[in-house]
Amino acid sequence: MVILGIIVIYPVLITFITAFKDANVQAFVLDFGGKWTLANFKTLFTSTLYGSWYLNTMVISISCMVIQVIVVTLAGYVYSRYRFAGKKFSLTFFIVIQMVPTMAALTAYYVLANMLNALDHYWFLTAIYIGGGIPQNTWLMKGYFDNVPYDLDESAKLDGAGNFKIFWSIVLPLVKPMIAVQALWAFMSPVQDYLMAKFLLTSESHYTVAVGLQTFINNAQNQQVVLFSAGAILVAFPIAALFFYLQRFFVSGLLAGGSKG
Amino acid sequence: MQKKDVKKAQRLSIIPGLGQFYNGQTIKGIMMLVILAVFIAEFALVGVSAFANLVSLGSVSMEDNSLFMIIYGTLQILVTIVFIVFYIANLYDAKHVAELINNGKKVSHTFKELGSNLLGGGFAYLLTTPAYLLMIFTIVFPVVVTLLMAFTNYDFAHIPPAMLLDWVGFKNFTQMFFLSSYRATFSAVFGWTVIWTVCATTLQIIIGIATAVIANQKFIKFKRIFGVIFLLPWAIPAFVSIMSFSNIFNDSAGAINVQVIGLWNTLVPFAHIAPIHWMTDTFWTKVAIIMIQGWLGFPYIYVMITGILQAIPDDLYEAATLDGATVMQKFRKITLPTIFAIAAPIFVTQYTFNFNNFSMIYLFNQGGPGDVGANAGGTDILISWIYKLTTGTSPQYSLAAAVTLIISVLVIGISLIVFKKTHAFEMED
Repeated sequence: MVILGIIVIYPVLITFITAFKDANVQAFVLDFGGKWTLANFKTLFTSTLYGSWYLNTMVISISCMVIQVIVVTLAGYVYSRYRFAGKKFSLTFFIVIQMVPTMAALTAYYVLANMLNALDHYWFLTAIYIGGGIPQNTWLMKGYFDNVPYDLDESAKLDGAGNFKIFWSIVLPLVKPMIAVQALWAFMSPVQDYLMAKFLLTSESHYTVAVGLQTFINNAQNQQVVLFSAGAILVAFPIAALFFYLQRFFVSGLLAGGSKG
Repeated sequence: MQKKDVKKAQRLSIIPGLGQFYNGQTIKGIMMLVILAVFIAEFALVGVSAFANLVSLGSVSMEDNSLFMIIYGTLQILVTIVFIVFYIANLYDAKHVAELINNGKKVSHTFKELGSNLLGGGFAYLLTTPAYLLMIFTIVFPVVVTLLMAFTNYDFAHIPPAMLLDWVGFKNFTQMFFLSSYRATFSAVFGWTVIWTVCATTLQIIIGIATAVIANQKFIKFKRIFGVIFLLPWAIPAFVSIMSFSNIFNDSAGAINVQVIGLWNTLVPFAHIAPIHWMTDTFWTKVAIIMIQGWLGFPYIYVMITGILQAIPDDLYEAATLDGATVMQKFRKITLPTIFAIAAPIFVTQYTFNFNNFSMIYLFNQGGPGDVGANAGGTDILISWIYKLTTGTSPQYSLAAAVTLIISVLVIGISLIVFKKTHAFEMED
């Protein structure tokens, strides 16, 4: 346990410390010595495009989060609560479509973006992220809604509540934890992605953080490990914090969705 | 109320709307007639030429853009499918409503009734529509286009609109299996993809299960701290970790060669290890990325298994202890079967995820080092090879599409088999 703990912490610590190192450090090792400085963070925002990468990522991530959470919550609710023609068929459709690697239809996306004049534009990328997340997250959401006892709906109906009212003021508050998790995941998926962003965003000022950070280290002659580390911390920290805050909801969500596919 | 002839209602619906008129649902009938008219007009004005263009892919270069023709053709196929679904629903509706009338049930006639019906039973369709629209636009449509591209000759020598594309049938596939240069690359990449998927995923599952089981033993102290530490790799965005690791494994300046191996050599001087070429030797790069994936992937499994373990009743273990079972026996007979019964579908998604884990491969070392031909590097898996085929200096779009098709069929096929076997498919409704 202790050894595994060390193995897990070691690389994280290296990145963290390197971020505060003097700019001419090239070696990527754990070393508490040397001069500590905040200059790297300043450099990031003054002499690189990091600021706009960060902003781009936020814009894409937040729009993805808002839209996806709305769509997935509604769909998950419907699949959990209603019986309707074609339900089983469409649930199966969801599972199968989830197995198709979204990222694999690269050429088609490229041509489509060209045709719609959407290359280097965020809306197209955002739509792809949202669409790609829908099948699996609808499943998870449905699983979680299934855990909310149906009796609640029934008694509300007896009290004269309409469909919308039942959904909004009775069931929705009970699934808040799962909605929070969905929001985090929807927010994280654009941050995480490298492939699509690199492929569909062509100008450097339009990059997302993942694509931008890579430019700091993909050139073997001119690796800027300190800048990379500083940038990495700035992305990773808020996400990790949010993650730990929400993590107690993960298990129930995972199991609810997982046991049924 | 007057009895309706169910057969007649359905027969009238051969033209959508007429059956509904017969049932007395005038407004619905008008709406359906309008949809029919719109579709016929659309088909006559655009559809016919879209299909014709899809078949011919154009005849005049510079003027006809074969790619756009594929896209419009695909769009027309989807529109037609949606119409066919509507048409079938219309037949069903006419029959169903006629039966309802015969059974003395109320059916909606006015706008208001239709509206409230939509908020009731139709509520379900209304709320799922956005999900479907988004999925069709961002997944189904591109996949169908890719599927079609796999049968064309779209590559760097044929880029519309300067050149026309042609249908080449299964040429891209036969090339991959019979043309020696492509076959060698394909089998090398495919072989490594399978090895990578199996090793990396199994490793992360084993570490995840082991950690969860050990961390849940009663004698372990500081559970919370370990819990937080173990979640770190999951909480940090993967691309950050992978890029950090590519620095850490750097041959000359990375921590592994400089510090870890250095420390080992100081502590155990008689078993001296020379610095390892993590980034320049294909074998060691493969070892490194499998280990890193174990690091990245185990927390997810760990969290899930922890949840499952807490659901196993203690009595089971106590009873086993009374019967004189050893720790190993309890683990093999109680713990493992429970885990697999619940988590099998998630394990499968982990395998399929790694099968297409582009970030891990590409961000660590761009699929390098080495070269196995046709743009592919020594550690490229199918998905990163596709990326290189598409973005390289001499792109092979149609070949990339063909590889995509093969991947999708494989992944879907295997997952379906496993899901069927583990009964994950069974739904309560």
